Amino acid sequence: MLENHILKKLKSIVGEDNVTVESHDMLCYSYDATQMEFLPDAVVYPARAEEVSQILKLANSENLAVFPRGAGSGFSGGSLPKGGGIVLVTTRMNKIVRIDTENLVAVVEPGVVTFQLQQEVERLGLFYPPDPASLRFSTLGGNVAECAGGPRAVKYGVTREYVLGLEVVLPNGDIIRTGGETMKGVVGYDLTRLICGSEGTLGVITRIILKLLPLPETKKTMLAVFSSIDGAARAVSAIIRGKIIPSTLEFMDHTAIRCVADHSQSKIPETAGAALIIEVDGDRDLVEKQALAIHEIIKTMDLLSFKAAKDAEEAEELWETRRKVSPSLRKVNPHKINEDIVVPRSRVPEIIRGIEAIREKYSVPIVNFGHAGDGNIHVNIMIDKDIPGEAEKAEMAVKDIFRAALELGGTMSGEHGVGLSKSPYITMELTPAQISIMKAVKRAFDPNNILNPGKIFPD
Amino acid sequence: MSLLKSVEKEIRKCVKCGVCRAHCPVFTELGREPAVARGKVALASAVLSGKTGLDARLYDDMSKCLLCGTCVEKCPNDVPVDRIVMAAREALARKRGLKSFHKAVRQVLKRRYIMNIGALTASLLSPLIFRKVPGKSGLRLRLPLPFVGRDRYFPKIASKPFLSRYPEIIPGQPDKPRVLYFVGCMTNFIYTDIGDSAISLLRSLGCTIIIPKAQQCCGFPAISGGDAPTFADLAEKNIEIFEKYRPDHIVTACASCGSALRDLYPELLGELRPQLARRCGDSAGKVLDAVVLLHNLGLKPGDSGAGQKAVITYHDPCHLRRRGITKEPRDFLKCLPGKVFVEMEQHGSCCGLGGTFNVYHYGTSLAINSRKCDSIIKSGADLVVTGCPGCMMQIAGGLSKTGAKKRVLHTLELLSKSLKP
Repeated sequence: MLENHILKKLKSIVGEDNVTVESHDMLCYSYDATQMEFLPDAVVYPARAEEVSQILKLANSENLAVFPRGAGSGFSGGSLPKGGGIVLVTTRMNKIVRIDTENLVAVVEPGVVTFQLQQEVERLGLFYPPDPASLRFSTLGGNVAECAGGPRAVKYGVTREYVLGLEVVLPNGDIIRTGGETMKGVVGYDLTRLICGSEGTLGVITRIILKLLPLPETKKTMLAVFSSIDGAARAVSAIIRGKIIPSTLEFMDHTAIRCVADHSQSKIPETAGAALIIEVDGDRDLVEKQALAIHEIIKTMDLLSFKAAKDAEEAEELWETRRKVSPSLRKVNPHKINEDIVVPRSRVPEIIRGIEAIREKYSVPIVNFGHAGDGNIHVNIMIDKDIPGEAEKAEMAVKDIFRAALELGGTMSGEHGVGLSKSPYITMELTPAQISIMKAVKRAFDPNNILNPGKIFPD
Repeated sequence: MSLLKSVEKEIRKCVKCGVCRAHCPVFTELGREPAVARGKVALASAVLSGKTGLDARLYDDMSKCLLCGTCVEKCPNDVPVDRIVMAAREALARKRGLKSFHKAVRQVLKRRYIMNIGALTASLLSPLIFRKVPGKSGLRLRLPLPFVGRDRYFPKIASKPFLSRYPEIIPGQPDKPRVLYFVGCMTNFIYTDIGDSAISLLRSLGCTIIIPKAQQCCGFPAISGGDAPTFADLAEKNIEIFEKYRPDHIVTACASCGSALRDLYPELLGELRPQLARRCGDSAGKVLDAVVLLHNLGLKPGDSGAGQKAVITYHDPCHLRRRGITKEPRDFLKCLPGKVFVEMEQHGSCCGLGGTFNVYHYGTSLAINSRKCDSIIKSGADLVVTGCPGCMMQIAGGLSKTGAKKRVLHTLELLSKSLKP
């Protein structure tokens, strides 16, 4: 319950219409895509950095937790108000401040939806590559806080590769700039890189300076269907060994294919063992050459069919199918434990085999899909929590999967972040020395631990 | 079982992914989670689990929905949010009573003659009550009335309702289909030209046309306010008429009526009046949009009006788009002599009327509408064509505010004009 005098102060900061304590709003801001739920005590919608600063100053002095939130579509619980407190929604700060076509830089507010920026810059012949599956509704602020990835990361890298600078409000209310608009800079510690991926625990991002690229002339989207997942995994390695870096190299296993098969627009036959969506971009003749080369390379690897989309509309249909996979997994079982491990690319066939073994061991459905091109597999364990013993089995499976990935030189999370979901497991990957110094950094930024407490590090 | 309990399984399908945030027209304007499908499902779920009650705030939240179904189309798990919202509204109406506008709707719909008298009165007093919007076919109120502000756009009310001008049956050729024309309130009382066009086109194909005078409102306005009993009563009367005449096809020229007869009757009556539900399956299967039927029967547009050159564009009404009816109207429009067809951006986005949404959320409705009007103006079209009189009214109103000189017509009107001798 929020004390009255705090509610009054919040109203005076953002205006009465932009703060709520009504139970219906608390319910609507208690969840994200993990389906975990925690009720906050208040939701506040600031319009500018100064308001965010005053909110944090107030929260800091009153020892109230503040939970930054964009679209609330994250997969690790990063925006969930666990333990209660104030949810700080950034979506009113949604202007594209400036697109600089000479310097290839965009300055945006955190509430801008990623797709919105991409549309704007593409109109000008420019390109913002990071394309998380949620791009039509997730915000750039959220993308930066979680260092979001997406299929194009195999060629273009993740969000942090594009963040040149930030404006951040610190937990004590100070507003600082990090980085800037230049392509290079090394003065003082790299706070930009630190904040990117800090999951909203070090500061609230109120402005983002992004690097843009020129828009590739064209792209070609291909669908390769395989009879076995092993064939698909070998094809991934072979393409990279062939020195072709496609702009995306996505795979879907048999169960993922079946889950989206119900959608009339799915282009992948239900009986396939695995599918790869491959995209190459660049100059027209290069793209044609690469597409042909890819077909040559993968022809002998249990390939059932190979098709190139003939226009942008067909390509978009293929992508819609891929984006629907994650949410449609519910058809297997109602509850999903969603992991996004990464292994070195060359070890993708091994991790797939390892996950299959784990699936056998616990006889629990596990669906694999994702960014095979950079070794980042979205491993989804589908259970029915209401069946006794299932949740425990899933937890053991998760641990085994993490162990397997780490043993292959991998990491527990490529894009989703730790948040709440992976917090119990991070000691499997991070050493005490690493955790100790990270916690020291957190304390330096947030001595009273008011900003997104309880995330990343188990208490 | 209450409607809300009957959709519990559907509610649980929502995995809170957030895709709906990208597509909901209301959320695009309001920006707050309770306005979007994911939020509404969470609230409906909270009602069922007892975490929240059927209170005034919930009534308000649930009213912020166009029932356009865009979220349903885009949802990876096909969660039928429009059904869930309707069910929540039904529960709210039962607990708290209908909202005042829907109370008025109920009274009027139950007594058809009121609508007839009202229409006559309105059309006679029209010069007193309304002033013409210069250069347009619409009107504005001279004095404010409850629910309606002075700047609201009104289409002209017909002096004689459509149903009063036609016989019950227009015989056609014996080897041609027997078609029952379900006129719908907007066409009956306002856009009678649509009805005239439908009849003229069906006649040109030799169909026997049945225009039952006893037909009622389809019931959509009632159920959209949560008024299940009125909806079911109206459905019963309409189903009786369909059973009496046993036509080959039941055609509508209003996207919303079509959705009600074809989809809502079987879906909702199953819970509200199971006996009736068993009977309605037969007629629901016969319901066709008039443009689709004419397309299937091989109607060819004529070249009357080829001299009136115009650039035309088509707005997809939500309730046609969702039923997959997007190709047939375009097939016709693209081959109209003298007309150039251009596709506008966002041709499938909602006009913002949302039936009675427009009454309670006029500002939001206008904001959504203005996006549509911007698309229309950007397309360079002189004439907007669509398949729903509700959309026509909303778009005409929006365009009149912009001062843009554009006309709004129904697909059937253009088709009919092309065949005039």
